[in-house]
Amino acid sequence: MAGAKEIRTKIKSIKSTQKITKAMEMVAASKMRKAQERMRAARPYASKIRNVISHLAHAHTEYRSPGLVEREIKRVGFIVISTDRGLCGGLNTNLFKAATLAMQQWRTRGVEIDLCTVGTKAFQFFRRLRGNVVAHVSHLGDAPRFEDVLGPVKVMADAFAEGRIDAIYLVYNEFVNTMSQKPKIEQLVPVTAEVKDAAPAHRWDYIYEPDPKELIELLLRRYGESVVYQALVENVACEMASRMVAMKSASDNAGTLINELQLIYNKARQASITQELAEIVGGAAAV
Amino acid sequence: MAMTLHVDIVSAEKELFSGAAEMVSAPGEMGELGILPRHSQLLTRLKPGQVRVQLQGGEEQLFYVSGGLLEVQPHLVTILTDTAERARDLDEAAAQAAKQRAEQVIANSRGEFEYARAKAELAEAIAQLQTIEKLRKLRKSA
Repeated sequence: MAGAKEIRTKIKSIKSTQKITKAMEMVAASKMRKAQERMRAARPYASKIRNVISHLAHAHTEYRSPGLVEREIKRVGFIVISTDRGLCGGLNTNLFKAATLAMQQWRTRGVEIDLCTVGTKAFQFFRRLRGNVVAHVSHLGDAPRFEDVLGPVKVMADAFAEGRIDAIYLVYNEFVNTMSQKPKIEQLVPVTAEVKDAAPAHRWDYIYEPDPKELIELLLRRYGESVVYQALVENVACEMASRMVAMKSASDNAGTLINELQLIYNKARQASITQELAEIVGGAAAV
Repeated sequence: MAMTLHVDIVSAEKELFSGAAEMVSAPGEMGELGILPRHSQLLTRLKPGQVRVQLQGGEEQLFYVSGGLLEVQPHLVTILTDTAERARDLDEAAAQAAKQRAEQVIANSRGEFEYARAKAELAEAIAQLQTIEKLRKLRKSA
């Protein structure tokens, strides 16, 4: 019975792999639910601060922050948010593709690029390809905290404030639904026309307590942080959804593989029995 | 009917309050603020303290904030609270750490970003994914 033993071991090994992928699928599913909740919880702050920023963009403020004014672009910053771990389908690959494409467009116009990576995968990718990574955080876990984004955002925001970079883009995965996640590139500063919607009827300005410059800068900083945090939380939900789907298909594939192998195994077994019988009969006939 | 304000109190991690109110008082940096409907536009920082929201009918709700920002539009009050204690030096430390992590590993490999290589690698990975997808479909139809 040649080959039967090998087939048996193979089936066994696939079965144990299937167990792992099934477990991962289940874990990802439950984590995804939590991540979605966190995503929803983070939404009000992001949307409220967006409103405030859009009010601010309309106000005729005595202090114009550089964060609200478009300027000539010589160098841009990219904040790329990726996952820490793999085994989540094409999530990171698609994201990096979108990011690379955008960067290349800047490049052809002679614009330099600074990178800030969140998550191990982005860091590894851009390091290997010699991107100019100026800041990096990783291992934020499944429930990233607001404080986690402060460091990298500050590095980029300081560079922007000092005029070393002229625009900051955020690259992350947008959670559409469980089956679909879309890479998204968003301009963080200067605040774009998209955020400054609906023209106001009259000129007005805020009363500031204490100082306009300080307050507006603070508000813009918080805005950046909250958008990055929101993106981070959304990316975690994407990671989990994508992993769940990837692991489900892996489990399914393992199932079909096992079925096929089982069939081959049965055939081989039967063939060997038939052969043995034929040999016995042949032997008896000879005697 | 008494005039009302729409009040939103949010922290980065969740929404604390959203609804109509007759009056809001908050601990502004320059002193306690009481905001009634049709207040003129105002932007201020908040100190740690209590935010009191007077609902229609006289009921009152209390929130504790550890600082944040307050924006007033004539019929809209938005309070963006900070969840964590924030200090300038803490932010700075986090920024330094982020920079260092990047520099440590990169120090010896600065140079031009290799677009051609990036594209090739990504194309390869995507082709792989597509192939897997195709194979799966073939299997299913077979």
